[in-house]
Amino acid sequence: MKKVLVLGATSAIAQATVRLLAARGAALYLVGRNAANLDVVAKDAATRGASKVEQQALDLDDFSAHEALVERAAQALGGLDGALIAHGVLGEQKACERSWTETEKVLRTNFLSAASLLTALANRFEAQKAGTLVVISSVAGDRGRQSNYVYGASKGALNVFLQGLRNRLARSGVAVVTVKPGFVDTPMTAHVPKNKLFASPEQVARGILRAADGRKNEVYVPARWALIMFIIRSIPEGIFKKMKL
Amino acid sequence: MTSEHQSWGRFPRVSRQAAHPVVWQTESLPVSSGPLLPHGLGRSYGDSCLNEGGTLLTTPTLDRLLGFDVATGVVRCEAGVSLDTLLRLVVPRGWFLPVTPGTRFVTVGGAIANDVHGKNHHRAGTFGRYVRRFELLRSDGSRRVCSPEEHRDWYEATIGGLGLTGLILWADVQLRPIHNPFVLTETVPLENLDAFFEVSRESEPDHEFTVAWLDGLARGRRLGRGLYYRGNFAPPQLEGLPLRKSHLNRASGLAVPFDLPGFSLNRLSVAAFNWLYYRVNLLKRGARLQHYDPFFYPLDAVQRWNRIYGRRGFFQFQCVVPHATARDALRELLERSAREVPSFLNVLKTFGSVSSPGWLSFPRPGVTLALDFANRGARTLRLIAELDRVTREAGGAVYPAKDAGMSAENFAAYFPQLERFKPYVDPAFSSSFWRRMTSASAVATSPLALGQGTGEGVGVPAAVPL
Repeated sequence: MKKVLVLGATSAIAQATVRLLAARGAALYLVGRNAANLDVVAKDAATRGASKVEQQALDLDDFSAHEALVERAAQALGGLDGALIAHGVLGEQKACERSWTETEKVLRTNFLSAASLLTALANRFEAQKAGTLVVISSVAGDRGRQSNYVYGASKGALNVFLQGLRNRLARSGVAVVTVKPGFVDTPMTAHVPKNKLFASPEQVARGILRAADGRKNEVYVPARWALIMFIIRSIPEGIFKKMKL
Repeated sequence: MTSEHQSWGRFPRVSRQAAHPVVWQTESLPVSSGPLLPHGLGRSYGDSCLNEGGTLLTTPTLDRLLGFDVATGVVRCEAGVSLDTLLRLVVPRGWFLPVTPGTRFVTVGGAIANDVHGKNHHRAGTFGRYVRRFELLRSDGSRRVCSPEEHRDWYEATIGGLGLTGLILWADVQLRPIHNPFVLTETVPLENLDAFFEVSRESEPDHEFTVAWLDGLARGRRLGRGLYYRGNFAPPQLEGLPLRKSHLNRASGLAVPFDLPGFSLNRLSVAAFNWLYYRVNLLKRGARLQHYDPFFYPLDAVQRWNRIYGRRGFFQFQCVVPHATARDALRELLERSAREVPSFLNVLKTFGSVSSPGWLSFPRPGVTLALDFANRGARTLRLIAELDRVTREAGGAVYPAKDAGMSAENFAAYFPQLERFKPYVDPAFSSSFWRRMTSASAVATSPLALGQGTGEGVGVPAAVPL
């Protein structure tokens, strides 16, 4: 990935990934909601060696802006060969249970806005018969659990969407990489007590680039989550529904 | 989220301390019931980076590089950027830190707040002299860009201001040019303290970097026996030098995996270490070429080396004494330390007369001595109090970043601009050190008396069997 569009560039995982891409001299088009925060991330990328950095402050919940955004990024960088979808919200499960508005917000940001962006990106990449689409999903999408099934559902829907997209784009030589991080120590999880299972954003960023470079399909980062989620998926529903997870 | 943040000396231990990561410059400071204190990578040894009963504003998440002008060597970065990160950015482009402490793992904000010094103080002065500008965020929400030209008083209060004047958001630092990452070094054996003064006088005019290691157990005629290291950045003609693996930045996997038991550092093992260190390094005498990394940061090769002191932690003591009284004072400091509890690492260096803009800056003309002692409770505190007294009588000063035992009365004597500084302390900011130094309670003025229920967040008592 040399000319990369990064969506949700101010998220901790995206920032760490941007640093690695910048050190490789990539050209970057960064998108985030807060203009001032996006600006320091852009400066950081430029100082660390990105060959070009362009930025655009945008709320990605505005789907109508997506087509134009992808077009603008491609023009600014002189083409696109990679995109990283890193924006998302954790939401609050209890609030979502009480209110459809809250639930809809999580689904809009995590699934619908990603699906809308991927539609624009997939068509461009399919036409140019090249490129890598990297999407940050979550282990939470592997199985619905009472503690965060709304967030999990948004990521689960995303996973299925990506599977289909991967299937469609395989012929065109476009890679679709689903990244499933486990717990990551970021501002999104600042309120959660940390344990040994938490990975750093830097660790996850290295895993993301390894997966992108290797044009992988689905990866768990860190890799131990593959085993953990295999076990969790294997529990029979009759037992699972009585568990507190 | 409470007791994870300890100081490097791991004494005193704090228990009730919250942490709030600072992620963006645009954020306002959190509303907290206790006082706030910026906290970087926690390499201060004592309690100046601790805030018992309060909230640490942790800055390693405020870590963006905002610009680097390769032509002028000015780098702008957020306050949580480590010197390690800066070096990785600037060394390949022919620049180096103007002043560096003995570890790369401090933040730029911490380097300003403690106005750190290095092996080139006799030439370059302190880190603060190279800080062109910075932005300070106060708890009232105000933001000030400070420099010698704008808000000069805030600039001078914050350099060496122990993080108490507000939160530094970003800073511009002037770097110095280098031709390559190598240092030409030379090791000179020292027979005793007198030799140190002689070798210093002779070395300083021609060497940018100087420092001496002393055998902490040598006494009598041999008091002050040690090794003198001097060096300069290598000249440009070495540029085509073939790189050997040992020259490259060591990404060391070596770490102290757990606390060593207290007894592993006894008089015998410290003596053995000192003897061995002296012999091994004596073999390396004469001039040689060295990568900057092992030259400036020998201890960084072993991660978490502070664990060798065991669970109870250790004390650092660093003082500076004026040239006029240095000989006698150093003799007494070294004798006392050799007699009572052996110090593991003893470092001696002269400070030059290049002054710092910071009002509470520690370095001043004279000779500085750093010692460290495993924490053996009251006995060690008593020794520190003695060393504090000797320093005061010699007209010297103790370094707050390495202190867990000086008295409030001595602190005021060491830093004559203290009263001028006080109005600049942010009303919402404080530290365990600051409360120890400014508490009205007479009890708090004696470290031995700590723990007799002075109440309010003093973390010392639990760890000291009195």
